[in-house]
Amino acid sequence: MIKVTRFLCAAFVMHAGAAFADDTAPDKVMYEDFSVQASLTGKAGDPVEGAKVFKDRGLGNCLACHQNADMSGDLFHGTVGPAVDGVADRWEPAQLRAIVSDAKQVFGEETVMPGFYSLKVGKDVAKDKAGKTILSAQQVEDVVAYLATLKE
Amino acid sequence: MMAALQMPLTAQADPVDDALVIDDLEMVTRTKAPEGHPFDEVRSGWLYREAETRELEADSFQNPGMLYVEQGADIWNRIEGPEGKSCASCHNDAAVTMKGVGANYPKWDADAKRPINVELQIDKCRVENMGLEAYKFDHAEQKALTTYIKNQALGEPVKLDLSQGELQSWWDRGKELYYTRTGQLNFACASCHEANSGQYIRADHLSQGQANGFPTYRLKQADMVSLHNRFRGCIRDTRAEFPKAFSDELMALEVYVTWRGTGLSVETPSVRQ
Ligand code: HEC
Ligand code: HEC
Ligand code: HEC
Repeated sequence: MIKVTRFLCAAFVMHAGAAFADDTAPDKVMYEDFSVQASLTGKAGDPVEGAKVFKDRGLGNCLACHQNADMSGDLFHGTVGPAVDGVADRWEPAQLRAIVSDAKQVFGEETVMPGFYSLKVGKDVAKDKAGKTILSAQQVEDVVAYLATLKE
Repeated sequence: MMAALQMPLTAQADPVDDALVIDDLEMVTRTKAPEGHPFDEVRSGWLYREAETRELEADSFQNPGMLYVEQGADIWNRIEGPEGKSCASCHNDAAVTMKGVGANYPKWDADAKRPINVELQIDKCRVENMGLEAYKFDHAEQKALTTYIKNQALGEPVKLDLSQGELQSWWDRGKELYYTRTGQLNFACASCHEANSGQYIRADHLSQGQANGFPTYRLKQADMVSLHNRFRGCIRDTRAEFPKAFSDELMALEVYVTWRGTGLSVETPSVRQ
């Protein structure tokens, strides 16, 4: 019984990247002046959930590349990207939404930061990931809400 | 501007400046890159590992990979198959006949008209000279024999002869693949091992992704890991489907990646975390 429930949970989590009816589809996201003005879900993000997405290796795994003093209790912060400390002093929420959704729209094609709500991905995508975004629209909103709390 | 932000915590991200001496033999772990190379200096992955991991590799008595070298020696001398031959029947003492051989692979195979690595050369001899079947990919004996043969070239500088057959065009193809982004995460080999070598990705200190230490003993897996297994792992980590071992794609990558390590000593069996 327990095993079955776990399996169902896992299946649910795997669909986290699937779109819901009211979400803006990945190819309909409007990038203007390195910003995305409208919430992808029409709802506000939850910064507490966003912090989880930021850490979780199966979700944003943002810590793999970014140091974050707010998470100094967690081990192993990567150095591939800049530290996100004070990121809300440098970027507006609409810009953060653009960076997280598709960093290439802001930093250019060369950036190594993945597009978390984009279907412009690499070749040979794993079968179970095909047609899916890394994060759901709501997860992007949650991360953006979390980043907006990072002021110095 | 952004780089400045990460300065304080990345001071320790530089590779170490130690010398690697194995059995009184000093390894080349840094050397001037060959012409046309994206880096000025080619560096062994050993320089990027933790002190304990580096020490394990430096001490042949402690290095768990040496057990596989011993196992390889047993297979080398073992008579097997309908011809009643061992590898030693034709090649005698590997310390003499195989010295340096491992530093020059992949080579061009004129019969197959494609590059061949040590694993495939072993299969060739098993099939053509011993009446045996090729090993399944990553068969324990395949890894042990490959480790044994490469270990005979310990300390020898990696050097490919790209003028053999069509090896150059496979190098070209490998280079193209090295810069091709794959998977949902949209990374190329170069995203991690060129643009970000020296940085940390989570707990991993990114090296130049060199092939000179393979097969390598991985502490995490407590086993030998072949080069194509490593390639497939790195490709899988981009959330992509990965090619078959010894496929054209991975052979092309092996040619190109091995060339990127030109001049580094063969370190097999290297130890990695
Ligand atoms: C594989 C590496 C990688 C991952 C994973 C990654 N980023 Fe980034 N990020 C970068 C890089 C590199 C930059 C700098 C832009 C550039 O130079 O390409 C960047 C820039 C940023 C910036 C702008 C920072 C500033 O100070 O200007 C923000 C905000 C950001 N990332 C947030 C995130 C979030 C949130 C996640 C996870 C959902 C994430 N990143 C995951 C590599 C990464
Ligand atoms: C009956 C003879 C015979 C046996 C048995 C034999 N080989 Fe060979 N081997 C050859 C010949 C001949 C060549 C060179 C021509 C070629 O490449 O096929 C060769 C080439 C090689 C090479 C390449 C050397 C170089 O300079 O590039 C390696 C490595 C090798 N053999 C390993 C093995 C191993 C391992 C075994 C046992 C599993 C084995 N051989 C068994 C005859 C043999
Ligand atoms: C998302 C990041 C990432 C990508 C993309 C990536 N690798 Fe790696 N690779 C790693 C990490 C992390 C390690 C282990 C630490 C190290 O040695 O750099 C590693 C190790 C290696 C090693 C072993 C190095 C040694 O000294 O033992 C080789 C070889 C390698 N990678 C080749 C490749 C090739 C070829 C590609 C492209 C097909 C590739 N990698 C793509 C992250 C990556």
